Amino acid sequence: MKKLSAFDIIGPVMAGPSSSHTAGALRIALIACRILKEPVIQVDFLLHGSFSDTYQGHGTDRALVAGIMGYPTDHQDIPRALTIASEKKIVYSFETAPLTPSMHPNTVSMTAQGASGRRLSLEGASIGGGEVIITRINGIEVSFTGEYPTLIVQQLDRPGVAAHITSLLAGSSINIGTIRMYRHEKGDAAYTILETDEPVSTELIASIASHAAISDVFLISFETNSG
Amino acid sequence: MFYLGEQLLQTCSQKRCTISQVMVHQEADLFSAPEASIWQRMHDQWQVMQRGIQLSLEKPRTSMGGLIGGEGIKLMQRVHTNTSLCGQVTGKAVAYAMGLLEVNASMGIVVAAPTGGSCGILPGTLKALQETFEWSDDQVVSGLFNAAAIGTIIFHNATVSGAEGGCQAETGSAAAMTASAICELMGAAPETSLHAAAIALKNVMGQVCDPVAGLVESPCQKRNGLGAANALISAEMALAGINSIIPFDEVVAAMGEVGRSLPETLRETARGGIAVTPTACRLKKQLADR
Repeated sequence: MKKLSAFDIIGPVMAGPSSSHTAGALRIALIACRILKEPVIQVDFLLHGSFSDTYQGHGTDRALVAGIMGYPTDHQDIPRALTIASEKKIVYSFETAPLTPSMHPNTVSMTAQGASGRRLSLEGASIGGGEVIITRINGIEVSFTGEYPTLIVQQLDRPGVAAHITSLLAGSSINIGTIRMYRHEKGDAAYTILETDEPVSTELIASIASHAAISDVFLISFETNSG
Repeated sequence: MFYLGEQLLQTCSQKRCTISQVMVHQEADLFSAPEASIWQRMHDQWQVMQRGIQLSLEKPRTSMGGLIGGEGIKLMQRVHTNTSLCGQVTGKAVAYAMGLLEVNASMGIVVAAPTGGSCGILPGTLKALQETFEWSDDQVVSGLFNAAAIGTIIFHNATVSGAEGGCQAETGSAAAMTASAICELMGAAPETSLHAAAIALKNVMGQVCDPVAGLVESPCQKRNGLGAANALISAEMALAGINSIIPFDEVVAAMGEVGRSLPETLRETARGGIAVTPTACRLKKQLADR
């Protein structure tokens, strides 16, 4: 069973009105922002299910744009996020779409482009109380919450990559809570996603990224940004 | 680690601790954090809650859907007259709870407790009691840990999400958490807290989530006010030695079961209950055309 914190119940500190439609939506976009690792210049959101019905009244649109700009859930400027994004010349759009049978009732997918031209597509669900699950990155099905420090390793599916990652983590006395590899097909592009009990330093991330089959490594952690 | 109220009571009696102390110890153990930083973090959240109450009393705020605004202020004006029906404590608790929901509905900063849609009940009630009994912030913060302990039990064994369990899961849980916290703050034994929480939860058993136009405004704001009153009266009964005949854990399990058996139209989808009355449909259309 999940380790539940007092602050999962009394928290998060958030801009209202809805932990699932506002805070959760923001966190999904914030994860996309962290993965992209550069300022976003364009982003298109596709809202499914309950998000598509009531996104304006819940400020889901402002929350998503605030998240893509890297704001934490308790940022004062979330209500003004759309105006601020326009001032920063960030191009954004919202469209609605029906749920697919496997989707959670509150699902959003997005395609974002960074300043250098890097692109990312990501899909996530807001499952209540501000908690989220990321369900797809660049077309590959994944599943993680961002609740623990989460390492996302973008790689080719080659022998020895997992050993490389885990031995480096072991060398720094970092305990792995969960580890799973996601891929389309054998030998193809893949993601290894690890949840760790301890924070991971930028030096360690650089060492992990040095492997020939690894193209990038991202760290997701809410702890440092939002209460 | 405790998952049930029964386990929580056992731990309290073995360690001769209050519910809030058990919660703080568990938090420190599970997340390897020093107790001082856990206390500080909850103090920070209490500051955010108090700031929200203050903001709500300064001037009416415009909610996202425009259905509510200024209700906390109106109620406070009436509480200060000599014809107030509920008196200072209940009157203030209800006014603060409604005010906080108004801050939430206008995208102000709140603390989910346990959700955004039920964020007024716990802080609103504790603030009114703090002013009455002159509790220190440390005391109130210990009340917040007590409430969190009750919330984790409900989270594990039922739900605190309106989409899963209806309003009973959101404002009902908030009222149960608050009733429990009040009993500890009034110096009662841990058992009393669980009786109060059970009484509060039973009072709203089956309450549906049917928000007008799908917004966290109506009837959410009034249910926050009434949730504060529910918490106070449930705590009053338990403090008087009136026990819940059905134990807390069984009430929580029943609430989860009732939530699962509610049709989807009555679980935050705005497709049933108050949300489909003629007036609600008209308001929804007006908002869509705006």
